Amino acid sequence: MMRLTREAIDYHALTEQVRRGDCGAVVLFLGTVRDLTGERVTVALDYEAYPAMAEKKMAEIEADTRQRWPVGDIALEHRLGHLDVADISVAVAVSCPHRAQAFEACRYAIDRLKELVPIWKKENWADGSTEWVHPGT
Amino acid sequence: MTVLLFARARDLIGCDRVSIACPAPATVGELRRQLIQQYPRLAGLAERSAFAVNDEFADDLMQIPSGAEVALLPPVSGG
Repeated sequence: MMRLTREAIDYHALTEQVRRGDCGAVVLFLGTVRDLTGERVTVALDYEAYPAMAEKKMAEIEADTRQRWPVGDIALEHRLGHLDVADISVAVAVSCPHRAQAFEACRYAIDRLKELVPIWKKENWADGSTEWVHPGT
Repeated sequence: MTVLLFARARDLIGCDRVSIACPAPATVGELRRQLIQQYPRLAGLAERSAFAVNDEFADDLMQIPSGAEVALLPPVSGG
């Protein structure tokens, strides 16, 4: 299941969603708010999405990941709203029969999310200024 | 035609959507040019942004169907 949420991500529950008897490997990826970008200090991030399209793209990533690896189950949540340093912004849990597949599938899903899904973050710098992050602009 | 705005594009205009006078039927490329002409503040960002038509990425050659939901998508930064 792939979804957006405004609540704190319960990564234990997310991991339990994908754990099953025919899979010997579960990989969980957490993306968390980092305090430094180069030399600039982040105190918080604000995330927003184009929700209908974001959920559609996340569902496509799930289907695509399942097609490439023998995924038992996959669950992905992305949080929106105001997040403090060390908060979890995104979680991906994947189960597969073997660990190499689970690592690769999880890596693929988070990489595709960062590339494709219409979600944006705004830096709240320590000096009080803010800045939307739009790579390449 | 209404164009939904997000992130820095919305902040530059101060509104989450703009109405663009565009001859119908228009392509995404024509809409991009018209958007920049009507809102020059968007110029730099809109040139580097994608467009979505009915929740799907659309290239500049695509004809926009009437009644479609159109959005300007600045480079994404989720994760």
